[in-house]
Amino acid sequence: MKLARAATPFLKPATGVGAMMREVCLALVPAAILYFLFFGFGILFNIAVCVLACAAFEALALMLRRQPVAVVLSDYSVCLTGVLIAFALPTYLPIYVTFTACAAAVLLGKHVYGGIGYNPFNPAMVGYVVALVSFPIAMSAWLPPGLGDLDYTMPTIGERLAYIFTGNWPAPLTAEAITRATPLDMVRTGLRASETFGEIGNSPMFGTFGGYGWEWVGNGILAGGAWLLYRGIIRWHIPVAVLFGMLAPATLDTLASSGTTPGPAFHLFSGATLLGAFFIATDPVSAATSPRGRLIFGFGIGFTAWAIRTWGGYPDGIAFAVLLWNAAVPLLDRYTAPRIMGHER
Amino acid sequence: MSSAPTANLFRLPGGLRLPGHKRVSATGALSGVAVPETLTVSLRQHAGTAAQPIVEPGDRVLHGQRIANAEGGFSAHLHAPSSGVVRAIEQRPVPGRANLSVPCIIIDTDGEDARIDDRHAIPNPFALGSRELLDAIGAAGIVGLGGAAFPTLAKLNQASEAGIDTLILNGVECEPFISCDDALMRNRAGEILYGARILMHALGLRQCFVGIESDKPEAWQAFNDAAAVDNNDKLTLVQIPTIYPSGGEDQLVYLLTGREVPSGGFPSDIGALVHNVGTAASVATLALSGMPLTSRIVTVTGDGVAAPGNFEVRFGTPISDLIEAAGGYTERANHLIMGGPMTGIPIEDDAMPVVQKCNCVLVTSRTITENASTEPERPCIRCGECARICPVRLQPQQMHRAFTIGDRDDLPRLGLRDCIECGCCDLVCPSHIPLTQTFRDAKAHQQLQNYERERASRARERYETRQQRDQHRETTEAERLADLKQKASRDAISEILARKKPKEPEQ
Repeated sequence: MKLARAATPFLKPATGVGAMMREVCLALVPAAILYFLFFGFGILFNIAVCVLACAAFEALALMLRRQPVAVVLSDYSVCLTGVLIAFALPTYLPIYVTFTACAAAVLLGKHVYGGIGYNPFNPAMVGYVVALVSFPIAMSAWLPPGLGDLDYTMPTIGERLAYIFTGNWPAPLTAEAITRATPLDMVRTGLRASETFGEIGNSPMFGTFGGYGWEWVGNGILAGGAWLLYRGIIRWHIPVAVLFGMLAPATLDTLASSGTTPGPAFHLFSGATLLGAFFIATDPVSAATSPRGRLIFGFGIGFTAWAIRTWGGYPDGIAFAVLLWNAAVPLLDRYTAPRIMGHER
Repeated sequence: MSSAPTANLFRLPGGLRLPGHKRVSATGALSGVAVPETLTVSLRQHAGTAAQPIVEPGDRVLHGQRIANAEGGFSAHLHAPSSGVVRAIEQRPVPGRANLSVPCIIIDTDGEDARIDDRHAIPNPFALGSRELLDAIGAAGIVGLGGAAFPTLAKLNQASEAGIDTLILNGVECEPFISCDDALMRNRAGEILYGARILMHALGLRQCFVGIESDKPEAWQAFNDAAAVDNNDKLTLVQIPTIYPSGGEDQLVYLLTGREVPSGGFPSDIGALVHNVGTAASVATLALSGMPLTSRIVTVTGDGVAAPGNFEVRFGTPISDLIEAAGGYTERANHLIMGGPMTGIPIEDDAMPVVQKCNCVLVTSRTITENASTEPERPCIRCGECARICPVRLQPQQMHRAFTIGDRDDLPRLGLRDCIECGCCDLVCPSHIPLTQTFRDAKAHQQLQNYERERASRARERYETRQQRDQHRETTEAERLADLKQKASRDAISEILARKKPKEPEQ
């Protein structure tokens, strides 16, 4: 009797890239819900727009590259890129900026290098940074959280939609009146005006450990990250190293300045620290791949982001830190390879 | 004898806890397979040199009679698995990675299974010297029954030259579905320990570990019972955690001793000698009955056969006979694999014979894992899970990239030759990349490249030698000519002088 021939191993894995990426997206659901509760529908709108736009740009790139569109889209990686861009962008943003970010992420960040698996830089961060340097004003215009006893009333849904689709707040609203500095920005400006962190932190924009509202989104991200670790979809090296790289210098700094600079808790729950540690730096394609390499990579990102926050020209530095360390990955991989069994110590 | 707790073991990097699927075949009794009408004994059973036939078509042979001699130091004698008449010595397809045809001795059996009578038991092997015992083991054509059919004499010679201190018997059998060693250990634990004692005596060893995987409680019990009788204080039974691939030779040495087999080396380089429990049993059989190695236990299993089990099978028996003994194919039979689902070799035709390294015949449906993802193969996303579970700490993701992107010169640095092809990386790859097959291909590619490089360098050497020779010839020729010229001119001068010389007056 003749039988079919196929190479061993015959036991096949139960998971696939698609299932993994889908689960990473789902791990952001708690954070998205908290984000929605504090800041309104903007995040949900952003997620929808970014995912659809990214998928459309990917489909276009695949057609141009003569690749099977449905097969590649089903790896859900572009969906994750869309979700991450949505989390990174300001909650309410003129829609052409959103499209620019998505186009840059998928086309410049991913497909010019050959698509999934070949991109040296984190696509979502490429998209975010292109939008940030191209539209600096729109990209730093954040609405404060709409809950709590801030002296502030959120614009109506209609007014917010008008801003998204026209790029201007309908009269009599003005951007100056509507938007607020983010907690990170307030700290940066305040410290440069010789205020202490304690004084700045008295503003109602601040909650228990970080920005009001933001800290709860941070908790949601932390929960999602813990889930991914528990499920073995990400490994501990990068998140732990990112957090250590940021919190260790922050702790030393706040101790040395007797509390006049922001401490580890503030850094942890502000800006993109948690999202970066658990969801962005852990993108396997653009991260270092050996355990030691990942520790250095993560630490580098955390430390660089803290340095940018402390001395740099931007209130947050996660995106730049990630891109910078993405570029160092081939070198890290080469020099941190584990010792093979039977090779000299 | 002592039983070591598992906690004393060194920890293997990586590895996987796999579903065993062992009960499918392990529970029944050990049964035999009838002598087939035709036996096809391959002369090329292992990676070493093929054996040289010493019978001719038409010769009558008896069970246990030598039919082919070992050729060189890395080869083993072959013996007739039953009595009959040699029909032919010709090329036949045998199971192997390349599915090549190799020279085989084909015997038409006569059903009498008459044994040759010049084989005698060794009543007291411990009275023999080391050389005599090694020679007896070599004469019996004993080879490693773990999966490579490595000639045992070659291994023993290598070990005695290197000077070793530890014998390790491998009863781990970590690959799913396979239970032939388990069956052997349950039924013949006493013989295995007797074989171990002989091997220790032959090499003058003072320490022996028997590693048995923790998912084989019956075998463990059988060994403990047998060890109580055997009463060998140099022997330690060790329970090995059920983590694939703990039964790999180098892996088992590391687990038990913490010593790493150097890259490209052998366990004997670090003082250890590893034999499969089946090899020790063959040595015991030789001592007890004088019979050479002509059969082995084979597991027949998988959802493609009706009655899985373990069978004592003569080498050269068609695999189809074995399937029949296991109740025949079921409707689900689609793939036939020699060996286990991780490292086995696919076989297209069940008319091929059982060879010495055939520990298992696995017949399966399309896929073994019920919940296997049906996603297609995708590009590597560098998640590093393959590196995390690699038992030799390789980085398959980097090797795969080097091989596919074309930076193949980087493969030696990445440890390609250290890959044991265990298949773990395939199992955790979310991109479903056939990594193990890629590395097999890469190794073959490397071998070919080395061969060609060697050939090129030999050709260059030949060319250079010829050039040197030509040059030498030219220079000597030139010197000779110059010499001649000089001599010629000298001669000419003297001739002229002679001519000018006034002649002696003639008388």
